[in-house]
Amino acid sequence: MDILTQPWHWAFSGIMIVFVMFLLLYFGKRFGVSSSFKAICSMAGGKKTCDYFDYDWKSHSWLLMFVIGSIVGGFLAANFMASPNPVAISQATIQDLQELGISSPQGNELVPLDLFSFDKLMSLPGIIIFILGGFLIGFGTRYAGGCTSGHAISGLANLQLPSLVAVVGFFIGGLIATHLLLPIIMSL
Amino acid sequence: MKNIKFLLVGVLFGIVMSKSEAISWFRMQEMFRFQSIHMYGIIGVAVILGAIMIKLMKGSSMKTTENALPDFAEKPKTYTASILGGSIFGLGWALTGACPGPLYVLLGQGYWIVLVIIFSALVGTFAYGILRNKLPH
Repeated sequence: MDILTQPWHWAFSGIMIVFVMFLLLYFGKRFGVSSSFKAICSMAGGKKTCDYFDYDWKSHSWLLMFVIGSIVGGFLAANFMASPNPVAISQATIQDLQELGISSPQGNELVPLDLFSFDKLMSLPGIIIFILGGFLIGFGTRYAGGCTSGHAISGLANLQLPSLVAVVGFFIGGLIATHLLLPIIMSL
Repeated sequence: MKNIKFLLVGVLFGIVMSKSEAISWFRMQEMFRFQSIHMYGIIGVAVILGAIMIKLMKGSSMKTTENALPDFAEKPKTYTASILGGSIFGLGWALTGACPGPLYVLLGQGYWIVLVIIFSALVGTFAYGILRNKLPH
C-alpha cells in the first residue's frame, strides 16, 4: 500500500485538498482554518474585552471539531502512515539550509529537529521563530481575514480579488523572512 | 452530534496535509526559495480544480446538507488589510514553516514545540482584536 507509506505526489495532494473543500461546502461551511483562533479567543473569555470577539463562537463549533480532527489525522499519519524516508527537498534547499547552520532532513522528521526543540526555545532565534513567528501568524491572518486555506485556496478558487492581494502579501512577508530575516536570526 | 462529520473531515485533512508534506518546514523553505514545484503544484492544482468545482456548483442548483446554497465566501474588499495583514502573516508563515491548518496537524504528529506557536498565534489574534479599530483596513 504505497499510498499509505509513501509521500503523495503534489497533483494528488491538490486533488485531495479540493475534496476536503468540497465536503465542507457540501456540509454548508467554508474552508478556512484561521477563524479557529478567533473562536478560541472568544471561547476563552475574549467576549468581554472587545467587540471583535463578541460573537456567537458556537457558530464555529464545527470548525473546532474540524481542528480536533486534524490533530487526530496528524497523529494517525505519524503513527501508521509515516514515510520511512527523509522529506525529498531539492539539493539547492539542502545547501541553503546548511549555510544557515540548519540540518537537512535526516530521518523522516518534517521539521528541523535541531531548531524545533524546547532547548532552542530559550535562545534568541527560538524566541523569534516560535513566539514572534506564532504571534505574526495569529495577528496577520485575522488582519488579512484569512490564511492559506481561506485566501490562497478558497478565495483564489472563488476568484476573489482581496484574496489575490492577500496572497501577494503572504509572499512579500515570506520572501522577506526567508531571504533577509532568517540569515540574521540564525546568526544571533 | 451532527458535528461528528466535521471531526471526520478534519481527520482526512490532517492525513492529506501530512502525506502531501505541506506541513513540512523544509517544504516551505523550498517554496520561498523557488527551488521545487512541490508546494506550487499542490496549491496550483487546488486553486484551478477548486475554481472549476465552484463554477460547476454555482451553475447547478446543488443544495448543502443544510438545504441551503453553499457559502463560497465572498471576501470583503478591504485591500489595505489584505496586503498588510497578508504580509504580516507571510513573515510568520516563513519563520515557523506553518500556516494555521498545518500547526494543528503538526501538533498531532507529536511536535510539542508547536504548542508554543499556537499559543503565540492566539495571543496575536487577541492583539488584533484589541487593536482592530486603530488599524487601517
